[in-house]
Amino acid sequence: MQQLAQPVVSGARFFLAHAPGLVRYGSKPSRDIARDAAVLDTIRSHLRSYDQAAAYPPNRAFLGHLHPDALASLSKPWFKTPGQAERWGPHGEIMPEESFYGLLKTCDAFDLVQLEADFVAEIRPQLEAHPLLTAGDLAALGPGLAMAELSALLDRSPHALALELRSGRRIGLMHAAHDVDTSLAADVLLENLCCKATAVMAMRTLLAQQQIDPNAIPYILNSGEEAVGDRYQRGGGNLAKAVAEMSHCQLATGVDIKGFCCGPVHALMLAGSLVSARVYEQVAVVGGCSLAKLGMKYQGHVKHNQPVLEDVLAGVAIIVRADDGRSPLLRLDAVGRHTVAAGSSQKAIFEHLVSQPLSELGLHFSDIDKYATELHNPEVTEPAGSGNVPLLNYRVIAGLAAMQKQIERSHVPDFVATHGLPGFSPTQGHIASAIPFLGHALDGLTTGTLQRTLFLAKGSLFLGRMTQMADGLSFILERNPALKGMKI
Amino acid sequence: MAEQHRDDELIVLLGTPNAESTRLYALTVSEGDPSWAGPLAGVALGLPVYHVTEAAVKNQIPAHVFEEHVALMEVVLDVDDIAKAAQEVRTATGQQA
Amino acid sequence: MGLNLQGKKIVALGERDGIQGAAIAQCATSAGAEVVLEVTHCFV
Repeated sequence: MQQLAQPVVSGARFFLAHAPGLVRYGSKPSRDIARDAAVLDTIRSHLRSYDQAAAYPPNRAFLGHLHPDALASLSKPWFKTPGQAERWGPHGEIMPEESFYGLLKTCDAFDLVQLEADFVAEIRPQLEAHPLLTAGDLAALGPGLAMAELSALLDRSPHALALELRSGRRIGLMHAAHDVDTSLAADVLLENLCCKATAVMAMRTLLAQQQIDPNAIPYILNSGEEAVGDRYQRGGGNLAKAVAEMSHCQLATGVDIKGFCCGPVHALMLAGSLVSARVYEQVAVVGGCSLAKLGMKYQGHVKHNQPVLEDVLAGVAIIVRADDGRSPLLRLDAVGRHTVAAGSSQKAIFEHLVSQPLSELGLHFSDIDKYATELHNPEVTEPAGSGNVPLLNYRVIAGLAAMQKQIERSHVPDFVATHGLPGFSPTQGHIASAIPFLGHALDGLTTGTLQRTLFLAKGSLFLGRMTQMADGLSFILERNPALKGMKI
Repeated sequence: MAEQHRDDELIVLLGTPNAESTRLYALTVSEGDPSWAGPLAGVALGLPVYHVTEAAVKNQIPAHVFEEHVALMEVVLDVDDIAKAAQEVRTATGQQA
Repeated sequence: MGLNLQGKKIVALGERDGIQGAAIAQCATSAGAEVVLEVTHCFV
């Protein structure tokens, strides 16, 4: 019998779609608009341009232009200290909404998305110029419908949603797939399609930039919080396979790993386990966006007279493979897990996710160079009264270290600054949970100076009303010892 | 649900992480909020509200229980600001100190 | 008049990023109160 393989994380890429026209279909905005139509105008008057979203420092950190620590020295608010508006960063691109609508159409296998013909003609050159879109994609775009035909179609389709740009210009519609089945309603399908598209782009980016043959991927784990199904199987899932198909992974199948915000971290551990057991040589982990969370905190932003910052959809793709002598090791021998018996206090959660794995490896809290926890951009959450989530998580870790007498209580702020990170991620649920630091961690653990990072995520299972419990999982990513002797 | 229990028996204990959300929740359960979902919907409850980290609450919880479930958050949260916010709401809504 | 939890009925309104509902409930029960509602909110 063969020995176990050592899994490594060999690549991570991200994708952002600027989607101001879709903010109205976020859960909170759409409910408020239904009660009071004036809310739509309020939101519209607070939407950012593409350049503003691309230049926004947290988005730039998300795509790898700058390290998140660099945000600490930028004056706040960050939306008033923009960087350069660049489309491509080291870890991925931010796509303008016009192209994104075209992308949605190419990912749509059921003619649910209908686009207006003039709009299609306008965006076709942009899509043709995209390095990761194929002739097949462009063919799937189709010619679009004449505006009169689109309007008539919308008029006689009460279950369809109009698709708009930031300006309010109507450029298409999203059909429901069934008049009565709520699992096939237009808003659900739109969310699922956005999820598919963002995960696909992250995956294509990763495969192309790391020059991985798509046919070399045998298995994909999708880890988002969407629900793909119909009324008889509302969460049937396996969006992973749809992503595999659109990423041209002809020899792959996959499955969805569902764990609220903790999904991706569970999926990475499971991917590592498949590689370790030599079931597969490499496994991809993807996560698509959360349309529902667009504009979630718009009220706070409007109240403080700032732009609606939740106007981007995020996707991620990660490869876990057998040791390549370079990539950071995924330590399967020290996975932290929040158990049923653990109890729900912060102390119990973090003891399971941090203290236990550290003690299993004989490590101290300070032996982890950087902890990656929930990395939600505080500029999004604070105006809405939801505080600074990363800071709170890091204070809990530092507080626990102090409680366990590994650091002095007076050193808590220092610990937070050294071993923590400012939040920078779009509030896209599972995407924001530790994962946004992966690109930077891989850089730091190979060509940089990081030795050890700990990724931890938590899931609010209680929101589904099946349990009062939360969940959490953690793993350590460590510099590959074979790197010491290598010339970089 | 609020009608099922006599008012003088019901107390709300909060676990909010900062002063702002403490104030928001405390006002909501004192004055009521029409958009509040669930069992407390739309009712001006006038209930006494405390944060679980306030001294008046902490003093009644056995030390080992508090240590396990709340103590860590005393280090993490700004408990003084939170206590002040809760007290302000109680005073403003005529609750006992 | 001070606060006395003994014999009282408690509504435990927790928050995921603060102290969870279940943790508050445990504290209240240990102080001799009865928990009639336990909620944990999550805002991200």
